[in-house]
Amino acid sequence: MSEFLQHLVNMLVLGGTYALLGIGLTLIFGIMNVVNFTHGVLYTFGAYIMFIVVQQLGLNFFLALPVAVLAGWLLGAAIELTLLRPLRGSDIDTTMLVMIGAWIAMQSGALWIWGGVAKSVTTPFPEAPLVLGPVSVSWLRLFVLAAAALLILVTYLLINRTSLGRAMRATFQDHDTAALMGVNVDMIYTSTFAIGSSLAAAAGALLGPVYVIFPQMGDLAAVKAFAIVILGGLGNITGAVIGGFILALAEELGAGYVSSGYRDAMGFLIIIAVLIFKPTGLFARAERVG
Amino acid sequence: MRAVITILLVAALASVPLWLRDPYLLNALITTGIFVIGAMSLNLLLGFTGQLSLGHIAFFGIGAYVSALTSLGFDVGLPGDLRLVHAPWPPIAGFVLAILVAGLCGYFVGLLSFRVRGAYFVIVTISFAEVVRLVALNWVELTQGPLALTNIPSIALPLPGFGEMTLRTKMHNYYLVLVVALMAYLLIARLVHSHFGRAMRGLMENETLAVSVGIDVTRTLTIAAVISAAIAGAAGSLYAHYIRIIDPEVFAFINTVTMVIMVISGGKGSLAGPVVGGLIFGLLPVALRPVMAPEAQWIAYGGVLMAILFVLPRGIVPSLAQRFSRRRSNAPALAPVALTETGAKEPA
Repeated sequence: MSEFLQHLVNMLVLGGTYALLGIGLTLIFGIMNVVNFTHGVLYTFGAYIMFIVVQQLGLNFFLALPVAVLAGWLLGAAIELTLLRPLRGSDIDTTMLVMIGAWIAMQSGALWIWGGVAKSVTTPFPEAPLVLGPVSVSWLRLFVLAAAALLILVTYLLINRTSLGRAMRATFQDHDTAALMGVNVDMIYTSTFAIGSSLAAAAGALLGPVYVIFPQMGDLAAVKAFAIVILGGLGNITGAVIGGFILALAEELGAGYVSSGYRDAMGFLIIIAVLIFKPTGLFARAERVG
Repeated sequence: MRAVITILLVAALASVPLWLRDPYLLNALITTGIFVIGAMSLNLLLGFTGQLSLGHIAFFGIGAYVSALTSLGFDVGLPGDLRLVHAPWPPIAGFVLAILVAGLCGYFVGLLSFRVRGAYFVIVTISFAEVVRLVALNWVELTQGPLALTNIPSIALPLPGFGEMTLRTKMHNYYLVLVVALMAYLLIARLVHSHFGRAMRGLMENETLAVSVGIDVTRTLTIAAVISAAIAGAAGSLYAHYIRIIDPEVFAFINTVTMVIMVISGGKGSLAGPVVGGLIFGLLPVALRPVMAPEAQWIAYGGVLMAILFVLPRGIVPSLAQRFSRRRSNAPALAPVALTETGAKEPA
């Protein structure tokens, strides 16, 4: 029983960052209809920003997170402006392949710059975990959960309470009508991609110190993000949050009770099962974003 | 005219081992040839049915593992104290089994993934390939996991009256790959120009219309997927018996991407496209090796993929074919991409 409780606690911590990854991708996929293969690279990028700020520049750990968010935002905007804007209107396969090209180039770039050796980040948190009865959780992981929850809340407010969010929702529903109503759709696309990218970078910056940082770390993160988006339904932020926690639970239980080698297979199995049996996602509400 | 050119090209390819003495280059040509076969099989799906399968390496890898395990033998425990023991068979049996098993997997994967289209189809196919990779990585008793299957025997051809001929040298393997590649090319060409091929292309151009004229979409797509997977399995088997060591990295997503680049750059939906694209991108690393670090090569790979999609979205062969036919007839080529290279003027 205590083992099960421990799995639940781990699930909460992982689920928070998975939700961040999923929200970013679901916004981009839902609003722009772009299968963003660079999502994992932005996750990696966020983690390396953490490494640079904390280890190489020696700056404060808590400063690194906003820096990573900002850097992810800028890189995302750059990708959108240079690669996606010229391809507006071309078919989804072409865009997908271009994003795969960008992913390969950027991941190899990371390998070239930082090398293949895994990096770790020293954190200001005590080594000893917080013990609550039968379960224990490290302070770092608690911080990760809190920061992820805060970012999810901010994103939720941004989408539902601001005029930018309203324009994003309008574009999701019908981009032609939104354009007629005076929404600058190009700007909305760039903002959407930048916001989604900054969330991926934030997730990487948060999970990087928990594990280790290496150039291919984003590959699995991207797959997980796809699984979450498919679970939660396109453009559905609440669905992405729930999907993040479901995936985390499936991984924890799979690793705990089946075999740790198959932990990473859970995301793929969820994708296959959902798309075959319930292709609209578990919480089908694809008609609106939010 | 066409036949003469074709015969000359094949003769030129066949003469390569007679004058090329550099084993490194010959090795690059053999592995390129194997990947060209994989790219041709991918083109059958991507170019002629319009389905972007990004899990294609799964069938290549399954072919490699089936062939290797058939010829090496295995002894694995099954649930309930059962053991599955297999004594080594000749590699040629492995080659045949690789084709059959990969085709069968293509049938099941196709049956399931053709229920969705577009982005979802792409994601499902990637997921299948990754699940297979994780099984290969974790089912250590069968596959040795990351330790790899080693000492895979070379293919031996039974020659009636002369016993057996083991294809151990690079020259032997070059001809083996060339023959299999030609057979795959002819098979695909025949298929594409048959009634079935027209059904495939009709479906690619307008699925709703294809259904309305009585084309069974699921059946057509599944048959294409089975043949495509079977050819990829053959390529995988050749790879296993040539390289003689395989590990789960054979399933790496980047290998699928390599095949996709070969097809897209050469021209999807053109028979010669994957061959041209495959030769360019298979031999590019050889040309770049002295001047670029491996990481920089991959950056260039990603960059070239993007550049092709921006500059030459239809691929090299269709673009050249169009230019050639325009110059000859002084009129814009009206034939659809898929037909330009045969010059056939049948309605698609």
